[in-house]
Amino acid sequence: MNADRLEGKLAPDVKRRLIAVVGEERFLDSLNERYVYSYDATPIFQAMPDAVIMPQTTAEVSKILKIANEHRIPVTTRGSGTNLAAGTVPTAGGIVLNMQRFNRIVEIDRENLTVTVEPGVVTADLHQAVEAEGLFYPPDPGSMRISTVGGNVAQCAGGMRGLKYGVTKDYLMGLEYVLPSGEVLRAGGKNVKDVAGYDMTRLLAGSEGTLAVITQLTLKLLPLPEAKRTMAAYYASLGDAARTVERVIAAKIIPATMEFLDQATMRVVDEFAKLGLPTGMKAMLLIEQDGPEEWVERDIERIAEIAKEEGAVQVRVAQTPEEGANLLAARRAALSALSRLRPTTILEDATVPRSRLAEMVAEIERIAEKYDVQICTFGHAGDGNLHPTCLTDERNKEELARVEQAFEEIFLAALRLGGTISGEHGIGLAKRDYLPLQVGEGGIALMKAIKEAFDPNHIMNPGKMFANSARRRVVIKQ
Amino acid sequence: MNQTDKACDLAIGQDEVTPVTAGKFNLDEIMNCMQCGFCLPACPTYRQTGLESHSPRGRIALMKGVAQAQLPADAEFAKNMYACLGCRACETACPAGVSYGSLLETAREVVEDQNKKTAKHSLLRRLVFEHVFPHPNRMKALGMVLWAVQALGLQRLATRTGWARVLPRALAEMQQAVELVASPFIRGKRQQRMRAEGESLYTVGYFTGCVMDVLFFETNQATARLLAKAGCEVVFVGGQTCCGALHAHAGEKAWAVELAKRNIEAFEQSQVDFIVNSAGGCGAALKEYPHWFEDDPSWQKRAEAFAAKVRDASELLAALPPLSFTKELSARVTYQDSCHLAHGQGVRGQPRQLLNLIPGVEVVELEQADQCCGSAGIYNITHFDQSMEILDAKMEAVKKTGAHFIATSNPGCLLQMRQGIIRAGLTGKMEAVHLMELLDRAL
Ligand SMILES: Cc1cc2nc3c(=O)[nH]c(=O)nc-3n(C[C@H](O)[C@H](O)[C@H](O)COP(=O)(O)OP(=O)(O)OC[C@H]3O[C@@H](n4cnc5c(N)ncnc54)[C@H](O)[C@@H]3O)c2cc1C
Ligand code: SF4
Ligand code: SF4
Repeated sequence: MNADRLEGKLAPDVKRRLIAVVGEERFLDSLNERYVYSYDATPIFQAMPDAVIMPQTTAEVSKILKIANEHRIPVTTRGSGTNLAAGTVPTAGGIVLNMQRFNRIVEIDRENLTVTVEPGVVTADLHQAVEAEGLFYPPDPGSMRISTVGGNVAQCAGGMRGLKYGVTKDYLMGLEYVLPSGEVLRAGGKNVKDVAGYDMTRLLAGSEGTLAVITQLTLKLLPLPEAKRTMAAYYASLGDAARTVERVIAAKIIPATMEFLDQATMRVVDEFAKLGLPTGMKAMLLIEQDGPEEWVERDIERIAEIAKEEGAVQVRVAQTPEEGANLLAARRAALSALSRLRPTTILEDATVPRSRLAEMVAEIERIAEKYDVQICTFGHAGDGNLHPTCLTDERNKEELARVEQAFEEIFLAALRLGGTISGEHGIGLAKRDYLPLQVGEGGIALMKAIKEAFDPNHIMNPGKMFANSARRRVVIKQ
Repeated sequence: MNQTDKACDLAIGQDEVTPVTAGKFNLDEIMNCMQCGFCLPACPTYRQTGLESHSPRGRIALMKGVAQAQLPADAEFAKNMYACLGCRACETACPAGVSYGSLLETAREVVEDQNKKTAKHSLLRRLVFEHVFPHPNRMKALGMVLWAVQALGLQRLATRTGWARVLPRALAEMQQAVELVASPFIRGKRQQRMRAEGESLYTVGYFTGCVMDVLFFETNQATARLLAKAGCEVVFVGGQTCCGALHAHAGEKAWAVELAKRNIEAFEQSQVDFIVNSAGGCGAALKEYPHWFEDDPSWQKRAEAFAAKVRDASELLAALPPLSFTKELSARVTYQDSCHLAHGQGVRGQPRQLLNLIPGVEVVELEQADQCCGSAGIYNITHFDQSMEILDAKMEAVKKTGAHFIATSNPGCLLQMRQGIIRAGLTGKMEAVHLMELLDRAL
């Protein structure tokens, strides 16, 4: 074995300077410690960093970036590594900047209805803290018990409440960030209205660690809704479920959550959560409404009626808050539960305008058949954000090639229907080849110019968002 | 990906890994893990350190690295595999159904195989695993020595003379938590068969366990009395030996398999309806015997028949007609799950259900009761400081319950909880008891 591979290949004096910033304990570069930061939740992609650093203060981040910039060392910022776009895989080696120690909730401001947090706070912990004060932070990605708020912002994560409440960027009011040069800047703040200059706050939402390191965030809060109710509707056909979604919205009801699960997904989820779902059904809609008690009652009743009119075979309103919470928790486990079926689970997140949902579902079915691949679909039906998930085996190269073709065709179908190649999981490494299809060469050139302004030496998460050369394959290892 | 990208670099250390090591892992099982991280918040060592290398997802990734010959099974890998409690809370949390427990056993086996090749084995390890646990008589002898030490007051002497300081700190502290070991005289009086009270519903073979039967002889007796009272004819089957769990968890798979065979044979001859035990750790291993024989179909069949009969005592008692108690305990009781009973065997409701039957008992739920107490087999000896940190956090939750009794269902947990009570300064205010013993007190 090559000695420098064992230790990582930062030059000794660089290593010394970095250790001087954070101390020995928060600088890791043994083989195992580097290996466990070579992946995230994205299948197949993997690459070794040269060191892992765990800063605790903005000043430390600033010093680390300055050193890295000076020596042109790539920096991959990392929260909990749950993203699905290979966004934290350090393809170019260098430093993984682990932000998990930035885990303080700095302030809950009851008068301005804001919360200020460090980026390493776990999303569900933030929920708990603000809900204890009768306040509400809506974004709830399926990974919320693990993901960090910084990761959510950098990916602009969505979640199950996106339909009614929007996504992470809709709650981002201000932030503190560090440029590769080491300069510490602030954008936005607690003002509801703020048009001073370009909106840098919004620009950093979804920037995937390619522009700057976020070190503090101010987020908008809402009053906690008074009541919520959960219900499930089961169907003998996917189309009936999709039509229910369209009709509910057309009836001017906006539920907090409207999730879709197909039969295969229902089965694996039930195997894990043991809820006794009617797994003989072809599809399921999981619906939640929140708000004042009477409104919630009224909406849920009305939705149940529509579901039945559209052919739901069975409609069940959760009798207790626990029953509702269990259903939602089971839905959050869907992606992981699907990996029970085959060794590799590749999930996509093509999204279409709500009104084209039924067409998109039909397209996915057709494409799966055409390429003879197994695709299960679940997702945020209410906002047209589906997660067609392909079950495969990364060791079977021939099958993997077909999976790739199928996904390519799904992306194209989504774009044709006026949709996007990614609703909430981002571009990262996994979808960088498809970005030009959506934003055009002009769009890519402008985005690259923005990147240049922030990061002239290309040290921030290099290899992400933009393909190095012409369009290449989805699956890149081997 | 082009050649400059690093993914191609990953096959580091290829030349240092023997094919044998890679071969032992079940790559399909490893690949069931989709790296979602759902298990992270459930893992005590991850919560303690915040390090991916101390998380289930990280450990599985390291195993994958070794299985695919990207990483050597070296000292660092060994350290990481032994820093795991083996509590299997990650299994309960995992939506993908990854069998983490069996992966960990293989990983440690790979480590130990490597150690054997380089003769890194400590003498103590060999002595204990090869020469004490497998031999009931030697375990009994050890029990007698312990008994003699206690009876003669040597324990106090050891503390006074500073002997305790010479002993590893872990052993010395743990010693305070060991209860009076039953005297050889009392042990000798055990009858091979205990008749059912009233009509006999089932014949159950009692699996005594090695450590359990030495340190908690009385708990085994109490369990047998409860079973008899509930209508079971209880047989202390001869020829049984240690369950092999500690061996399997320590990477000594070959030994574990040998012990399993002896137990299967012993109970096959006894023709009982159920094989009952009251140690969560042993029970989980007994139920998993079929996995230990994955490449031996004929033994696997026998192991399956054996495992199908295994029940934790609480499982069986909860399924039998309710016990009738004669005494009232008037006390507040809380329950600490045994990891291998809750996460390993999925038995959670029955112990609580039984506690609720005791007249006068108020059962209060312990916050995060199914989180490991840090005992974890011999973790509290091998990783004393980490174990105590976990225990102290557990005791904070225990304090909040204001319970008089903390009941549990595994000998390791029981010792650990006793130590926890001492450390938390609750001696005299709270008592740690085995669930079966508490039930027996109210009979
Ligand atoms: C089972 C499962 C379910 C999921 N469900 C959803 C869902 O419903 N909706 C959804 O949108 N996503 C979902 N995701 C994807 C993922 O959880 C989100 O993208 C999440 O926001 C990532 O958070 P993280 O802390 O893990 O970030 P990481 O994965 O560590 O990082 C994500 C990106 O953010 C960057 N980054 C992280 N911290 C910082 C920082 N402080 N400054 C600058 N850049 C930073 C990284 O460089 C990287 O590009 C799911 C993932 C899984 C595994
Ligand atoms: S073990 Fe299970 S929960 Fe943990 S990362 Fe793997 S799949 Fe997810
Ligand atoms: S067995 Fe326990 S300590 Fe080990 S990885 Fe699983 S949860 Fe963590």
